[in-house]
Amino acid sequence: MTTTAKPPPTERPTATPRAKARPGDRIFSRSAQVAGILILIILAGVAAFLVREALPTFSADPSEIDGGEGFFSYVWPLVFGTLAAAVIALIVATPLALGIALFISHYAPRRLAQGLGYIVDLLAAIPSVVFGLWGIQWLAPQVQPAWSWLADNLGFIPLFTGPASATGRTMMTAGLVLAVMILPIITAISREVFLQTPTLHEEAALALGATRWEMIRVAVIPFGRPGIISGIMLGLGRALGETMAVAMVLSTGGFTWSMVTSGNNTIAAEIALDFPESSGLKTNTLIAAGLVLFAITLAVNMFARWIVSRRSEFSGAN
Amino acid sequence: MSVATKPPATPAAPSSLAHNQLPRYTTQVVLVLSIAAGAGLSALFGGFSPVSFAVLSVLVFGVVNTTLAGIVEGRRKAVDKLVTTFVYTAFGIALVPLISVIWSVLDNGAERFSIDFLTTSMRNVTGLNDQQALEGAAPFIGGAYHAILGTFLITGLATIISVPIGLLTSIYLVEYGRGRLARSITFFVDVMTGIPSIVAGLFAAALFAVLFGVGTRNGFAGAVALSVLMIPVVVRSSEEMLRIVPNELREAAYALGVPKWRTIVRVVVPTAISGIASGVTLAIARVVGETAPLIVTAGFTSSINSDPFSDWMMSLPAYVYSQAMRPLSGSSPEPSFDRAWAAALTLILIVMLLNLVARLIARLFAPKTGR
Repeated sequence: MTTTAKPPPTERPTATPRAKARPGDRIFSRSAQVAGILILIILAGVAAFLVREALPTFSADPSEIDGGEGFFSYVWPLVFGTLAAAVIALIVATPLALGIALFISHYAPRRLAQGLGYIVDLLAAIPSVVFGLWGIQWLAPQVQPAWSWLADNLGFIPLFTGPASATGRTMMTAGLVLAVMILPIITAISREVFLQTPTLHEEAALALGATRWEMIRVAVIPFGRPGIISGIMLGLGRALGETMAVAMVLSTGGFTWSMVTSGNNTIAAEIALDFPESSGLKTNTLIAAGLVLFAITLAVNMFARWIVSRRSEFSGAN
Repeated sequence: MSVATKPPATPAAPSSLAHNQLPRYTTQVVLVLSIAAGAGLSALFGGFSPVSFAVLSVLVFGVVNTTLAGIVEGRRKAVDKLVTTFVYTAFGIALVPLISVIWSVLDNGAERFSIDFLTTSMRNVTGLNDQQALEGAAPFIGGAYHAILGTFLITGLATIISVPIGLLTSIYLVEYGRGRLARSITFFVDVMTGIPSIVAGLFAAALFAVLFGVGTRNGFAGAVALSVLMIPVVVRSSEEMLRIVPNELREAAYALGVPKWRTIVRVVVPTAISGIASGVTLAIARVVGETAPLIVTAGFTSSINSDPFSDWMMSLPAYVYSQAMRPLSGSSPEPSFDRAWAAALTLILIVMLLNLVARLIARLFAPKTGR
């Protein structure tokens, strides 16, 4: 207590006494900073090495690249396949994930809800190679009849042109496996935002006589919309970059519009299947394809983050 | 329905505020009836099967429940019931893949999962052995010891690389980071979270190709690839944990004249250690199942290799992949598939164990508040 009265007579009259610079402090803060900078270096390294190894593809003679017509015509069917698998996954997973999220946040008995949340999170903990194994050995034979039916009855739509693959190892099956894999991501994020809905909004809606669904439609969903969108985008990012499920489930081949025959391939699966045995220019071509994939997922993820950050700005106004 | 029994006191004055109501037990009754109807219809249309039974029951329930509510209670209630049916069904559908994945891994994996499987490698095991084993002439041989060893070595190395970098970065972000550098690190950690795992593998492969010659594959390259995936997860979780350490603790330490670095090392980090440790464990659980980066960096082998700095190294996910996609014997692939399932079971057990450990750590070493 006497020390509090002491300051005035000290030798230095500055208002803010400066801390003594200790070597330990300097070493520690430097090393923390270096670790942070190292991350930037690693990321720059990822970009630099990929570009460096990809460059020979672009300067090479077009006829030397797979397909013999240059990099662009090599990569666009892969981009199409990547997008197709991801879109199928999103179409299947989004409504289901929103339903599950609503079930956990608003429908399930309060006491069960948390445990059910863990169960869905369990799906996220299963390694992708196990999903691949499950997809090829269990799911593909199970869903094959459905694809045959689609090919027989809706074959006039280009997406379902027959004959359907007899093994069931098609783009649709791969998309289904991807849907299972992104389900926990979309569910987790939507569940979080649904639970954050201000209770007052919900109670106000119910007090006005809204049914449970009307309450959700006017209070919960408008509040959670940015969160839902960013969850979907993150799921999309995962589906685009997911490798093993497609590499194992899909029986790959050239470009085709049909989603129920074997054929098509995604960038990630093409790399996983061909890179181990590749050499020379093929290696460079695959790395260039990886660069394209990196750019696509980067754009999707950036968009998701941008939506999240926009949300955090106006959620303060609530 | 009960309306009809009411005395006809107010016959033609239905208030717009009051509506007829179905008895409370309607839903249960409709559910039981539609399960019965689903079973009947399923048996009628080309034989009974669990899938058509479930689908038909849900369809019948949804239609009957909704139309009933629509006739008696009005459109709004009908929509509400329809959505409720959809939400419950969605959760039911989500359980199908979960249960079927876990069940098929347990069922198929248990067949070959044994001490023998865990302690032998695939060296000198050929398709001929598998064929003989199928014919009953020889015992099943071949295990995943080399892959388990590889997984532990590669993941361990990745942890040794990522944890110091990740932890120090999160300390920098929370305790020191101000201004442009901190903001750009936060941003690029976000970017790193979104790197597809195969791209991380390509980076490590390209890096080692430049440094040690084209085609270099070893366990260390795999560890570098996994680190690229692991560092952002560690930074994220540790940062979150460090941020919730109360400022009072730091101020109390400063007031006692403790240097900042000692405050961090002795006060801040120990307070958050449970969260950090469980975050690290979860990060390990995430990368231990990564397949794509390892098959382009560490390669495949059937022999035991305990040196991560030279030669190709097997890992459990790569083992599952190679056994499932390239069976030893093309004509009798079943023994290889069995091995793949057993390895998948091993992998899932490791992941679940890590998740359990993370939860235990979080509970046991929870911050000692209020003391």
